[in-house]
Amino acid sequence: MSADTLPGTEDIWRWLSEVPDPEIPVITITELGIIRDVALDGDTVEVTVTPTYSGCPATSMINLQIEEKLREKGVENIRLKRQLSPAWTTDWIGAEAREKLRAYGIAPPVDGTAAQGDMVAGRIARMTGENLTVNCPHCGSANTARVSQFGSTPCKAAYQCRDCLEPFDYFKCI
Amino acid sequence: MAPSLSDIMTPDAAELARAAGGGASAPLEMGSPGHDLFVGLARLGDNTLILGHRVSEWCGHAPVLEEDIALANMALDLIGQTQLWLGLAGEVEGRGRSADDLAFLRDAWHFYNILLVERPNRDFGHTLMRQFLFDAWHQPMLKALEGSSDARIAEVAMKAGKEVAYHIERSADLVIRLGDGTEESHARMQDALDRLWPYAGEMFIGDEIDARLAEAGTIPAPESLRGAWDETVNAVLAEATLTRPDSGFAHKGGRQGRHTEHMGHILSSMQWLQRAYPGATW
Repeated sequence: MSADTLPGTEDIWRWLSEVPDPEIPVITITELGIIRDVALDGDTVEVTVTPTYSGCPATSMINLQIEEKLREKGVENIRLKRQLSPAWTTDWIGAEAREKLRAYGIAPPVDGTAAQGDMVAGRIARMTGENLTVNCPHCGSANTARVSQFGSTPCKAAYQCRDCLEPFDYFKCI
Repeated sequence: MAPSLSDIMTPDAAELARAAGGGASAPLEMGSPGHDLFVGLARLGDNTLILGHRVSEWCGHAPVLEEDIALANMALDLIGQTQLWLGLAGEVEGRGRSADDLAFLRDAWHFYNILLVERPNRDFGHTLMRQFLFDAWHQPMLKALEGSSDARIAEVAMKAGKEVAYHIERSADLVIRLGDGTEESHARMQDALDRLWPYAGEMFIGDEIDARLAEAGTIPAPESLRGAWDETVNAVLAEATLTRPDSGFAHKGGRQGRHTEHMGHILSSMQWLQRAYPGATW
């Protein structure tokens, strides 16, 4: 790729916004908030990616998809940087993406309810079980119950709706 | 006394590391800051690796589907954290060993995990009790590591801490529900607690390496975590109607590379592929 055909960073952001999350294909990797930076270093495109969970098996697949997308757009020199800090948070998933999750059958994260793991008033604060209302993504009912803290992936919990009886995933807040 | 780095490199491992383009530099000198940090990071990563492997043994065997999935996901978190800790250990060592090299090419006496995490799974209650005793240490450890003088350690701790907050909530919740459950579940949880108790104390016994790391502000002294652990354990056991054993006896040695008979069996399963086909990649 010669200097006069080099893409701008806004082109790269746009291309990356065409890459779906491999496990939740209704949202893209930019909507998920894991692309932290895009930069040009000479003719090398540098993309900074942060993992969602440290053991997320989709991470290497996402890196591969980023590379494939950029190659498809004619980028020859690509550098992927892993960034751990600041650690990924579900706060970076925007309103539009949350609506897409809901339509797909995954209850989106309820902000401010991340597990703390600390002792509160002499006992473990089990706030995700006690102070959290997750609405059923199918019928909208608030009458739901957590089945397990971990659902189909580490980032989700398993829930069931007590009204329509459908099981569903809840995207945990972290 | 911890083994030296030259002990840690078995001939095969050294050769493979060289083949992978590393191993050019000399081993770290025992007692040097680099060697201390390598051992400190390996202790963190080996705990999560061996516990992650143990928990993964449940895959396809848990009492109900939801718990099977939960156990597999917990194992995944722990293995992911292992990649970060052992990756950093390899970087600090500077001899070209990756997290995979450290996980698959060391023998039992070069692993520095506590003995608790290598205890067999036994029943579901026993597995959860082991997890809870570990989580109650892991959570305050990561909190303290967020303030490490080494920024690389602090950022791994911040990442892992968010995940472990969910681990402790889950294990504490289930210990309470099973402890304060039926006669059968209560008896099994008390039995698990009594059997595992002698393996909990090792988490709080430091050696000279720990002392130097604490002095440098990189990794807190094991003794400093006892208070937070006691507070969590006492509160949860009380709510679970379980009796805390009054023995202070602690089996130890894992953090110095001396393991129980279970460790070799874990490795023969975990390292099978690299032992059968050394250097295999895909």
